[in-house]
Amino acid sequence: MSPRITLAVAARVLTQLRRDHRTMAMLVVLPCLVLTLLWWMFEGSAGGAGGFDTLGPPLLALIPFVVMFLVTSVTTLRERSSGTLERLLAMPTGKGDFLSGYALAFGLVAAVQSVLAVALCHWVLGLDVAGPVSMLVVVAVVDAVLGTALGLLVSAFARTEFQAVQFMPALVIPQILLCGLFVPREAMPRVLEAVSDVLPLSYAVDAMTSVSSMTGSGFGGVDAGVWTDIVVVLTFAVAGLALGAATLRRRTA
Amino acid sequence: MMKNDAVVAVRDLVVQRGRVRAIRDLSFESAPGQVTGLLGPSGCGKSTLMRAIVGVQVLTGGSVEVLGLPAGHRRLRDRVGYVTQAPSVYDDLTVAENLRFFARVLGVAASEADRCLEAVDLGARRGHVVSRLSGGQRSRVSLAVALLGTPDVLVLDEPTVGLDPVLRRDLWEMFHRLAGAGTCVLVSSHVMDEAERCDRLLLMREGALLADETPEALLARTHTDDVESAFLSLVDTAPQGVAA
Repeated sequence: MSPRITLAVAARVLTQLRRDHRTMAMLVVLPCLVLTLLWWMFEGSAGGAGGFDTLGPPLLALIPFVVMFLVTSVTTLRERSSGTLERLLAMPTGKGDFLSGYALAFGLVAAVQSVLAVALCHWVLGLDVAGPVSMLVVVAVVDAVLGTALGLLVSAFARTEFQAVQFMPALVIPQILLCGLFVPREAMPRVLEAVSDVLPLSYAVDAMTSVSSMTGSGFGGVDAGVWTDIVVVLTFAVAGLALGAATLRRRTA
Repeated sequence: MMKNDAVVAVRDLVVQRGRVRAIRDLSFESAPGQVTGLLGPSGCGKSTLMRAIVGVQVLTGGSVEVLGLPAGHRRLRDRVGYVTQAPSVYDDLTVAENLRFFARVLGVAASEADRCLEAVDLGARRGHVVSRLSGGQRSRVSLAVALLGTPDVLVLDEPTVGLDPVLRRDLWEMFHRLAGAGTCVLVSSHVMDEAERCDRLLLMREGALLADETPEALLARTHTDDVESAFLSLVDTAPQGVAA
């Protein structure tokens, strides 16, 4: 691996994003709009009080994951089908350079996205956060990296952009259903709880909910369980990147 | 192993792609300072052979060596320039951004990017986004990327398709200039009249070589006046089984 090439890939991905105003808007503005909609829906409805405090944090975890999953799966698929990936791998680019370049670029975008979304929720929409606000951003960036890693991986199994988008309902929606957003995970049938236990998004949502609902004595002023959740999510992300690396082939049949 | 100064040495190469035998037992060697033309109809295995030389193709049998190393070897990755048929550049970046990105990946100076853009006559379009360019201009951006860092071997898959005759002539002059400076240039084309611009010809059909000689020798041997007729005459006299 070479830092020069990793940085070149990251800078190039960011330049491409800057050119694409609509995707940029989806990455930065859309999360804020969705959260404002959620806030309005609860605050404006009779008996909706407190709903935003309950559902805001899980959404802060979901949005970066879903958005980065979508954007990464389509961009890397484009890279595979346009021949630019083959060209890069025929040059001195390592697979690690390629993957970390993408993870770095989207991690940065996720940081910007999360800072904006968290700031909006906390200071404008009045989201109750018990733990340190900065930890919400840390968890959101980790979730975004997870989305990027899984997006990179699934792009190997799609031939067209249309097929890549189909992984959304197949891989993402079941995770949203089982992450504890609708029914607490402990209250689910045992089989579903077991499934939920092996899905990365469950840990992402748990971490976000813990940070916003309680303070702790662990590092960063949060409960030690938050760090366990973060480590689990990062492990999934690294495993996704490693499997993704295995799908990048210098030689093809 | 026989030691010689062949830049590209293909020995008994066999490539199976799916159910198709794309290359059947093909051997040739190519020397530095030559423009070698790989000519043959669409689907005859030209691109597969080029992919094998660049090292991105899984081989079924035989071997391909470039500059004394197995094709695709780590140490060859900045010494072999490769242009695929479809332009492999980023549509949503400008011409200059594409060149600067690949220059950084290769670790060559940014001034190289400008030099290569001038070489393919795209200096005036440097600020244009690639998706707004014509097909021919796009393939020239792709060609410019392959020229970065002056590689020892240039593998160009149909680089002149769809270009205007003046530009085509200029590019062939550039290929000869590069060869004159010691580069081994391998150019494929399905347009037979381009053959006459090569120092050496490899005529290909259905995954095998029909001929490997200079254009003059080929015409003399087949008693024809142009490469197209020579090709036809070779196909007519080819042993049964190859053309089956």
